[in-house]
Amino acid sequence: MGIIETKKLIFEYIRRDRDGEPEGVTKALDNVDLSVEQGDFIAVLGHNGSGKSTLARHINAILYPTEGTVFVDGMDTADNAHIWDIRRTAGMVFQNPDNQIIGTVVEEDVGFGPENMGVPSKEIWERVEESLKAVGMYKYRKRSPSKLSGGQKQRVAIAGVVAMHPKCIVLDEPTAMLDPRGRREVIRAVRALNDVEGITVILITHYMEEVIYANKVFVMDKGKIVMQGSPREIFSRVEELKQIRLSVPQATELAWELKKAGLKLPDGILNEEELVKALSGIYR
Amino acid sequence: MLREITLGQYYPAGSILHRLDPRVKLIGTFLFIISMFMFETLPGYVFAAAFLAAVIYLSGVPFSFMVKGLKAVVILMLITVVFDIFLTPGEPLFSFYGITATKEGVELSVKMVIRLSFLILGSSVMTLTTTPNELTDGLEKLLSFLRIFKVPVHEIAMMMSIALTFIPILTEEADRIMKAQMARGADFENGGLIKRVKALVPVMVPLFVSAFRRAGELALAMEARCYRGGSGRTRMKPLVYKRRDRLAYVILLAYLVIAVIIA
Repeated sequence: MGIIETKKLIFEYIRRDRDGEPEGVTKALDNVDLSVEQGDFIAVLGHNGSGKSTLARHINAILYPTEGTVFVDGMDTADNAHIWDIRRTAGMVFQNPDNQIIGTVVEEDVGFGPENMGVPSKEIWERVEESLKAVGMYKYRKRSPSKLSGGQKQRVAIAGVVAMHPKCIVLDEPTAMLDPRGRREVIRAVRALNDVEGITVILITHYMEEVIYANKVFVMDKGKIVMQGSPREIFSRVEELKQIRLSVPQATELAWELKKAGLKLPDGILNEEELVKALSGIYR
Repeated sequence: MLREITLGQYYPAGSILHRLDPRVKLIGTFLFIISMFMFETLPGYVFAAAFLAAVIYLSGVPFSFMVKGLKAVVILMLITVVFDIFLTPGEPLFSFYGITATKEGVELSVKMVIRLSFLILGSSVMTLTTTPNELTDGLEKLLSFLRIFKVPVHEIAMMMSIALTFIPILTEEADRIMKAQMARGADFENGGLIKRVKALVPVMVPLFVSAFRRAGELALAMEARCYRGGSGRTRMKPLVYKRRDRLAYVILLAYLVIAVIIA
């Protein structure tokens, strides 16, 4: 069994009108079957309202399934006895860096998770040091988080989760509020965690460029998983992606248009380099 | 314009006083305040002044910073002085529009001014040498005995330190909202007091809405990081008394003994 397993996961909530009267029931998640192996780098793609954030919150036992089950490292999230074990196994990074930083100094914020877990002081310091180094923020450890850039704050938030020594990190649109440079910093840090530390990563995003590093991509629409496969497989289905209002990386889109116009290009080109290679192959 | 608001008045100088355990400083300030109300005679005040001068010297904070704290209470002091001079019964000194100043009144007012300024200076030394976070930590530890009476000491301290973290974020947000309203023609600078207060309503409403939203998200993030209140929690920077803290307690005790003798 993988580190994260969902079986026929359904989550419903009651829509209410302005007076609080129930209007109807929305299925935010509709029969989601997901399986993630230890060490995977998973990306979940989807447009706003596709249910991807709802899915993320199930993995951290913030939301509980209406029907079906979620297993995190073999523990059922509906079982309250495991809630804290689940939260330390599957750490969560949220969208807005300002709203998840608790400490007034970077190192204090990173130490918050281990403090809550009851880790001895000396070990907290070791964990803080190694996790700040892992995201490249060690030299900022004495700074005030309010003086950092968005990308740096988000890396501090990631370090705060890493210090809890999770097996898996769920990142819920961690780059949505960042500028391109901050996005690159964060994605680089996340990839390093996956490569070097072997932490399972579940990256939830709607930026296509961030998906290409994943080894498996799930595409969600209206609460269902509509596509899954390697980034290359997913990006060779440009037409379908467009139907659910997702765009593809520029290079992929250009390759797709060129192919439609009659050029003999392979499917699922991911970036500029691959496109250049493929094009120069044709015109040699 | 909102950026000028700073919280607390910490002055980083790295002196021995800065490095003291916050609990020592809290207790010390408390004892100093009590001692100020024990002294009635000149030797007492001279002794307190000498002690205060020594502490200020040790703190490495320029004296001008201390005086800033005094400026804030000048009005309060003036009111006290006027009331003391004219309302204390005793030997009449001079009359003024039917109210009489007394000798005892003048004496009392001088004492009050000395007391008040020493109080302010004494507590300024504490706030200038201790970060707000250290203060919260110190208070939490000192008041932890209240837990027996089911007072949620840890939770209160946590709320205080979160409030401190959010002050810069919310001031920035208020600034942004004000600019957005100004861009749409809001006027915060002209008109009478009532008009200006009214102009702030469209700033406060979105600010409160966003503060609540942030609070909700922060609570979620804290829970996701296994926060479940004070029990079973360890500290990254636990407060442990060192040699200098014990020494400071000895000095405080000596101060208190001498103060009792003089008074």
